[in-house]
Amino acid sequence: MDIPSVPVPGQVGAVIDRTPPQAARGTYLEVVHSWVVTVDHKKLGILYIVYALIFLVVAGIEAILIRIQLFVPHNTFVSAATFNRLFTMHGTTMVFLVGMPILFGFGNYLVPLMIGARDMAFPRLNAFSFWISAFAGILLYYSFIGGVGLAGTGSAPDVGWFAYAPLTERAFSPGHTIDYWAVSLLASGIGSIGTAINIIATVFCMRCKGMTLLRMPLLPWLYATVSFLVIVAVSPLTAAQAMLMIDRYLGGHFFDTQAGGSAILWAHFFWIFGHPEVYVLVLPAFAFANEIIPVFARKAIFGYAAMVAASVGIAFISLSVWAHHMFTIGMTSFGNAFFTLSTMLVSIPTGIKIFNWLATIWGGKIRFETPMLFSIAFLFQFLVAGLTGIMLSISAWNWQLHNSYFVVAHFHYVLVGAIVFMIFAALYYWYPKMTGRMLDERLGKWHFWLMVIGFHLTFDVMHIPGMLGMPRQIYTYEPDRGWTLLNQIVSVGGFIQGIAVLIFVYNLVHSYFRGETAGADPWDAWTLEWSIPSPPPAYNFAVDPEVASRRPLWDIKHPEDPDSAFE
Amino acid sequence: MTAAGALNSCAAWAASPSTSTFSTASTPAREVNDLSFFVLAISAAIFIGVSALLVYALFRYRARPGESMEPPQVFGSVQIELAWTIIPILIIVMLFLGTARVLFSVQDAPKPATALDVTVVGHQFWWEFRYPQFNVVTANELHVPLSSPAAPRPTFLKLTSADVMHSFWVPQLAGKTDLLPNRVNEMWIDPLRTGLYVGQCAQFCGMQHAKMLLRVYVDTPEQFQQWIAQQQKTQIEIPGVTQPAAFESKQNSTANQRPPAQLKPASLSSIVPDSITSRDGQLVFEKQACINCHTVAGTVANGRYGPDLTHLMSRDTLAAGAMPNTPENLKAWISDPTTFKPGSLMPAMRLTDRQNAQITAYLLTLK
Repeated sequence: MDIPSVPVPGQVGAVIDRTPPQAARGTYLEVVHSWVVTVDHKKLGILYIVYALIFLVVAGIEAILIRIQLFVPHNTFVSAATFNRLFTMHGTTMVFLVGMPILFGFGNYLVPLMIGARDMAFPRLNAFSFWISAFAGILLYYSFIGGVGLAGTGSAPDVGWFAYAPLTERAFSPGHTIDYWAVSLLASGIGSIGTAINIIATVFCMRCKGMTLLRMPLLPWLYATVSFLVIVAVSPLTAAQAMLMIDRYLGGHFFDTQAGGSAILWAHFFWIFGHPEVYVLVLPAFAFANEIIPVFARKAIFGYAAMVAASVGIAFISLSVWAHHMFTIGMTSFGNAFFTLSTMLVSIPTGIKIFNWLATIWGGKIRFETPMLFSIAFLFQFLVAGLTGIMLSISAWNWQLHNSYFVVAHFHYVLVGAIVFMIFAALYYWYPKMTGRMLDERLGKWHFWLMVIGFHLTFDVMHIPGMLGMPRQIYTYEPDRGWTLLNQIVSVGGFIQGIAVLIFVYNLVHSYFRGETAGADPWDAWTLEWSIPSPPPAYNFAVDPEVASRRPLWDIKHPEDPDSAFE
Repeated sequence: MTAAGALNSCAAWAASPSTSTFSTASTPAREVNDLSFFVLAISAAIFIGVSALLVYALFRYRARPGESMEPPQVFGSVQIELAWTIIPILIIVMLFLGTARVLFSVQDAPKPATALDVTVVGHQFWWEFRYPQFNVVTANELHVPLSSPAAPRPTFLKLTSADVMHSFWVPQLAGKTDLLPNRVNEMWIDPLRTGLYVGQCAQFCGMQHAKMLLRVYVDTPEQFQQWIAQQQKTQIEIPGVTQPAAFESKQNSTANQRPPAQLKPASLSSIVPDSITSRDGQLVFEKQACINCHTVAGTVANGRYGPDLTHLMSRDTLAAGAMPNTPENLKAWISDPTTFKPGSLMPAMRLTDRQNAQITAYLLTLK
């Protein structure tokens, strides 16, 4: 490792770039052209984020339609066929067109800035990955106008986001619904793997002078971990999609049970992707928390080395837990016991993380601005999500809870309560860096409180119908089951979250034009991206930065007490 | 046992049996329930402990106006990290041992000689139940005997599927087990109370997954024997219908001259006009494609794609619990199944209203 012989605190001061942002914007066409042909990691990052936010709104509308249909039993707001398409598209969109792209977007934008690099290792691969992912999303949504047309919701996929075989075989899903699903996931998988390779190469080869692996901020560390996980986890999904298409069109029998294929084989392939995928999505959320919580608590992250170890540990353990989605599929009792234990083990590194965040705020001076508010809600919600996760890992109890609304509540606690909340936190935190303007704090508080109220109305209550026997993915239910009132509360909470997101979208657009000017370092933060102007110039750093500690800007701001003295 | 008797009557539709996983009536569900409270208690303790610390820290260490000094920077502590690694490991060991006990005792329970065997076959979107020990086949409404501690008679289910994946879930009796094509899974229940238990398919299986409902009737041993004896009876074939050639030749000469057959309550005349006989209905039923998919034991109808109709009128519901089994619903269902369950694999046969009434008249005799 290349450690400077004499660490000089404040050395990065020399790199602070005073160049004004590009003044000339060019014509409208030139601007569009510049975004289409760009290989700049910051522009691609923003493209990813905007693309994901558009699909977040689309998936949100699908969720609202789902909740209207479930508001009363035997509702006929949408047909059975439409409902099945809505929840399939909602799930697929949120995971593949919102979660992955937005996290890759932040990774693209932040990883080079935080390690003091001028771009990603492979800028053109980066552009290719984005555009193939964008193509995948458009292809998937094109299905709405295929088949019987938009009114009948076309040939949108209707088999649930995990698309269990053999329902996806041509005998049971004629037409092209599954083809849209499989091909667009294949395409998005290629994009994801491309980005993962790029992030790994960037993190390991492009760090600035003085930034050893253990001086790297936690965000690049977690993105490197996630990228390894993407390569290991997305490949089986891509393989499974290819096998499914071979089954459908080339006479293969991998999952074709009518010709001796195996339904369980699909489940294994899907979940060896599907469970690590949860950590692919949640580790970046942890990464945001690792950056935001210390800045707003005004304290260095507690237990940096333990946090790195816990993240890598989660990634390793997450590869051995997939069959906890299959406790009811007919595994042996020893199989069930193994996956119970392996799943429970995840809670150890996860617990370490929660305790370290707690210790970070302990003794700090906490500023309650919007990014921190979302991070605090994340801490509570992730704690609950972890505990319901332990409940679901209890294989015997899982026989009751599996595929019920309890599971739906649990994974929304993770995906919304932890991941979407941290995405909001990250947007409030880094939006000033990306645009040069602050998001409106008053609208931000409205957004936060409506989101918290709506979230808890929806997803706290949603656990109960699950324990009262309500299965997921049903387009209607019987009035005598005692689920009606609970579903109505859940729906009302969903509508409130919808309003919150509308406020947020308004805030994003409004602040872009009218927001307060941010300056280089609005949060008084400590990592390298805050040392350059907002928005950063195309070349990022005028001079290659050199660091002597994990918090180079702390060293500059506190020459009397630099971190580099302790490392 | 009057309560169970009442539940078996038509009034059962109005009753609302529980699907709560906490209201258990069978050993597998009960053991899981006890385990779940143990886990819930530990989880609640962890939640209260950690969130109390969080709330305290957020309140105690909030920034106060006027303070500009940064707080003391603390970078970590190996002892503390070790503490919050080891304590969770101990909790996990405890949870795992508790789980393993229930897991092995339920999943690997030995099958007693007295056990009843039932084979469950999942179909889009209904359930087939076969009783190999009694040569009985029925659909959607499973009857099993009470398994009292004095005379234990658990029911062991072998589960498989004819098409896609399904999952058998009656929360009061046991957790769910999936039904897979090309594979046989097993589960067992030993209901400790008589009555009706409801559930539904818990693995998305296609358009009508939501209306693939399940009803389990737990009968006293005597009632169960009676039910089996009733289900073992076959129905009567019309002479001549078994030979299609003979059927064709007799169709015009004799079919209309048969005397009116089985009883038909007067109140039905709006649905099945008095001029229609069940025997006409049987002729229509057996001449149409109905028999390709449906079985009526003792007649030419021996299809296996749809539910066995031999004792259709002994069931409380139609179309896997989608509606009560009333003559109106029956006729409406035959006329156009898609109005009740769009995506149902039973096609509307586009028969005349009279033919639908005739088939209804026939089916009403299948007691």
